[in-house]
Amino acid sequence: MASALGQNAQDGAPEVKAGGGEASDLSLVARVRARDESAMAALYDRYSSLVYAVALRVLGDTGAAEDVLQEIFLQLWRKPSAFDAARGSMGAWLSVIARNRSIDALRKRKPETDIEDVVLSVETNFAHNADRGRALLKIREVLGKMAAPQRSALEMAFFEGLTHTEIAEKTGEPLGTIKTRIRAGLLSLRAAVAG
Amino acid sequence: MAAHEQFADDLALYALDALDGSQKAALEQHVETCGACSRELESLRGDMALLALAASGPHPPQRSRDRLLSALAVERPAAAPERTGAGSGGWFGRLGWMAAALLFIAGAVLMKDAKEQSAALQREIAGLQTKTAAQDAERERVRSEFAEFAGPGAQPVTLVVAKNRPQPQGKAIYVQSSGKLLFVASDLPAVPDDKAYELWLLPSTGNPVPAGVFRPDARGSGVVVNPPLNAGVSAKGFAITVEPKQGSAAPTTKPVMVGLVS
Repeated sequence: MASALGQNAQDGAPEVKAGGGEASDLSLVARVRARDESAMAALYDRYSSLVYAVALRVLGDTGAAEDVLQEIFLQLWRKPSAFDAARGSMGAWLSVIARNRSIDALRKRKPETDIEDVVLSVETNFAHNADRGRALLKIREVLGKMAAPQRSALEMAFFEGLTHTEIAEKTGEPLGTIKTRIRAGLLSLRAAVAG
Repeated sequence: MAAHEQFADDLALYALDALDGSQKAALEQHVETCGACSRELESLRGDMALLALAASGPHPPQRSRDRLLSALAVERPAAAPERTGAGSGGWFGRLGWMAAALLFIAGAVLMKDAKEQSAALQREIAGLQTKTAAQDAERERVRSEFAEFAGPGAQPVTLVVAKNRPQPQGKAIYVQSSGKLLFVASDLPAVPDDKAYELWLLPSTGNPVPAGVFRPDARGSGVVVNPPLNAGVSAKGFAITVEPKQGSAAPTTKPVMVGLVS
């Protein structure tokens, strides 16, 4: 399979309009909790391209990706308290939700994960273009060096939503090998961004 | 990382929702009780987000933004019903029309956010404008009577039962500056013929202040509107006790419901 991770290098990081002088995610979420639609619009402007890119990559259909985009930001509007700022980046949180919801849509199943159940921890602040740009460079470098079978296993799990059993069947590799490759792939990303 | 090594690979798969079968169930059971593995799972989800970052592509079309903002505008009034159940069910059948009108308005104003209270109140008032002239006059009286309950000085308080009884609930809205108080209750247990419920204002300092006596109807509903209270009394909460039918000057029994000002 051709690598989809790290594709669109010519596009650069999705545009993020948060700058140093703009409202923080936390303050915007606080305003959303007070039903401030302009704050919701600001969060959308900041993260919609990230969410949409993930949804489009998984679903391969602009209409379906727009539906996921809409659903996720409506969920955020309805449950802004679901975002745990103590865990870090809202962008990371939204991107994982986008991936999960897109996989649900891909498999034509009801959403299985409530946004309140998505708890993650990440150091990278996706709110700022500079941070995201730096992280993206490192991620692409790691992915570029990653062995094709490992990258493929990651792609199948992340973008296609396949289980390790399905990946093993598809590739003919042992289950244990698939497990190890996926974990090692994720850890190499973590190490690259942390370094 | 301090996650258990035997679960390490499975944790990564689980983060991606790529684990299935009995292994998934076993891991879920373990993560529930293992802080280290739970934290590692959160970190692995963070690693997933890094993968997401690599999925760069075109920006969403402008119509998506327009669609979202339109949806927000539509959802704004829809937020009111989730704040209280007072507008549902047989409340209107349980009380006289005047009480029903009060509850109708009360249902709109029993909200946490004063601005939304005001908006909801205005919507309900707008709905009454098709009534007859007499009803219009009555509506105007009600509106002016309750306008303060939707204002920034109004303090909504929810009273809940302390034990697992059949879910009695009381709502009080208090305006300190004027001493006005609206209280509605539902699903209260019946009291003996010689008894009644008495509402108490719990001042920030001093003894409980009587705030009205009422007996629930056959369905357990009760209302207290503007009992004689002095203006300006700071309330830390409200409580209900069972008292003699004529009421008491001070509580003689333990509170059956208590709510503190948030």
